Amino acid sequence: MVDAPLITSIFTSFQRRKWFAIAIPVIIFAYLFYAAASFDVLGVAARARMDNAQNLLSDFWSYKVNVIRDNRNGKIISAIDADARYSYAPDWVKTEGEVTQIDLGDGHVVTYDAQGAHYVVPGYGTISVIASNGKIVLDAPQPLPEWISVSDTRVGVTTPAGRFIYTKSKVETQRFFAGWELFFFTFDSPFYGKSIGQLTALALWDARLDPALPNWEAISHDFLTNSLWHHGDVLWAVFETLLMAFLGTFCAALIALPLSFLAASNMMPWLLPRFGMRRVFDFIRGLDALIWTLILVRAFGPGPMTGALAILMTDTGLFGKIFSEALENIDEKQVEGIRSTGANAIQRARFGVLPQVLPILMSQVLYNFESNTRSATVIGAIVGGGIGLLLTQAIQTQKDWEDVAYYLILIVVMVIVIDWLSGLIRRKLIKG
Amino acid sequence: MVDLAFGPEPGKRPDLSDPRHAYLRMVRQKRIYGAVLLILFFVLLAAGFHLAETRNAGDFLNGLPMLGAFPSEVLTEGWAKRANVPGLALHFVPSLIETLNIAAVSTLLGGLCAALLALLSTRGLAPFPRLIPVFRRTMDALRALPDVVIALVLIYVMGGGPIPAVMAISIHTTGALGKLFSEASENADLKPVEGLESTGARWGQRIWLGIVPQVAPNWASYLLMRFEINVRASAILGFVGQGGIGADLKVAMQWGQGKYDQVVAIFLILFLTIVVIDRGSDWLRTRLTKGAHHG
Repeated sequence: MVDAPLITSIFTSFQRRKWFAIAIPVIIFAYLFYAAASFDVLGVAARARMDNAQNLLSDFWSYKVNVIRDNRNGKIISAIDADARYSYAPDWVKTEGEVTQIDLGDGHVVTYDAQGAHYVVPGYGTISVIASNGKIVLDAPQPLPEWISVSDTRVGVTTPAGRFIYTKSKVETQRFFAGWELFFFTFDSPFYGKSIGQLTALALWDARLDPALPNWEAISHDFLTNSLWHHGDVLWAVFETLLMAFLGTFCAALIALPLSFLAASNMMPWLLPRFGMRRVFDFIRGLDALIWTLILVRAFGPGPMTGALAILMTDTGLFGKIFSEALENIDEKQVEGIRSTGANAIQRARFGVLPQVLPILMSQVLYNFESNTRSATVIGAIVGGGIGLLLTQAIQTQKDWEDVAYYLILIVVMVIVIDWLSGLIRRKLIKG
Repeated sequence: MVDLAFGPEPGKRPDLSDPRHAYLRMVRQKRIYGAVLLILFFVLLAAGFHLAETRNAGDFLNGLPMLGAFPSEVLTEGWAKRANVPGLALHFVPSLIETLNIAAVSTLLGGLCAALLALLSTRGLAPFPRLIPVFRRTMDALRALPDVVIALVLIYVMGGGPIPAVMAISIHTTGALGKLFSEASENADLKPVEGLESTGARWGQRIWLGIVPQVAPNWASYLLMRFEINVRASAILGFVGQGGIGADLKVAMQWGQGKYDQVVAIFLILFLTIVVIDRGSDWLRTRLTKGAHHG
């Protein structure tokens, strides 16, 4: 005999689930559709600057050498990143009298001469630019392809082999090479161009290059003071970011610990202080890191301490809530046992409560430290400290994308290392 | 017993004829270690604060009395122009909705990608078990970059607007939720999946009918938690990059005195929204997880 009401209830529940299974995806899609419309997705596709993306990506994996002729005095300079400090004589640039020939590889050849410049593009023809009476005249096979841009004052050519720009004041050719050439040492360092093996040998047993300094010190000095990459400053900024996260997280934990006793219902018998403390925690969390940061910057000025205090404020609220919840879940028997020996409130907290909750609290604190290394990067961008500041500055100048790539890599490495370290300590803590 | 308590290595053993003495000595030793660690920790904190203070524009003690200055300045002006505040708050609601939309869309998109990645990297469920480490490392990498950083790069390429913000937060959310989702699905019972497999169900069907009903409450609770975090992130993103309530706040702050009624209005609606979302998601999450326990 089958129970009829049971069957109906099962079937209605099946029916309901079926509806849910259809309705929820439909609602989600409808919402996404509305959002796409309100965000103007199609407009973004039109606004996107693919040339910017190209610049960015090429800077990420390559460096450029600029061969520049000043059209007023005819002086020619070949330099990395168009910076006179890093000029050198590449073997693919040949100068004879007024004629300079630049071999971009794959048959692309640029020639500067007294009248102007020529660019031979294989499979297309010769692009000639002649300057006469302050005007720039372009002569190239018609129709002009879209990788040549022309105006009255400027001619630009972009090919896979490089970039060529002619203006009244100067003519410039850029050639790209894989890697970041000056990343470790600049040209003025005696260690430039040495392999890892040679450097190890120099550091460990070879004769001193500079009699005043041991080689390993000279190597680290030249690396840290690299005038293009500023490794010393960058590493210091990373340290500052970690410092902000460390100070903020651990001080917040120290402040929140005693306060959370006031907010836990089994520790604080009176309703009023408990309720008040909880609302204080809620208020601190509700105001959000952004608002706290803005208030603190006004008082303490920009810098890493302000960043640390901003993290401290928000995390005090968060820890207060988490800690008091942990305190409410303890085993009362141990406290009872301590109480039976005649211990006072502080002794009961120290020997009855803390040993139970400390591993949980510590692992929460470490978990937050990990996520705060990320927040410290962002807060650093607002308060002006650490790697966050360097990164936002590098992005806002929209020029040195290789710096941006470098900082991004450093941030990822920093976060992954902290992630791994805190995971390690947390596992140890849980095991006891 | 002695080996168990003090380790197998030979050496000086405590005198067991006097257990009280041995115990007290152990306690003393532990306390000394604890005290040394604690002192070291406090010294580190103090030194760190000192260092941070020297690198700061203003110092701590001089700044402390100033702490109330800015809020009171803002609040006095806000109070003086309190008649404006409700109107201004209404005026900023559209940008608040934009901020909320950014958070919601990126939570949804990130959640969908995270669910896929989590299922692909769960032992016992993954269709390509060899690729599990690849998917795991992908999630780690996505999680490592702060969303604001991704957003700044994307804004450069795509121009302003909410789309770069959505993409940035989605990328970070995918990594963060992927980890939590895969932890939940690792703990799922595989018996329903085996049952479905025996009836000839495809991978999608096995997941949809065997795993999703088990993990849905946990996943939904993680999604809500992430939504909370993303609302805050999208407000900050507006401040650093552009768009939404954060950008309005930045403009009003830069204007300085005279526009503080706007600042008050924005603070107010932002605070209320965050508290409401916090409370709502707290309530929903306890309901979801409690419901899961009941069956």
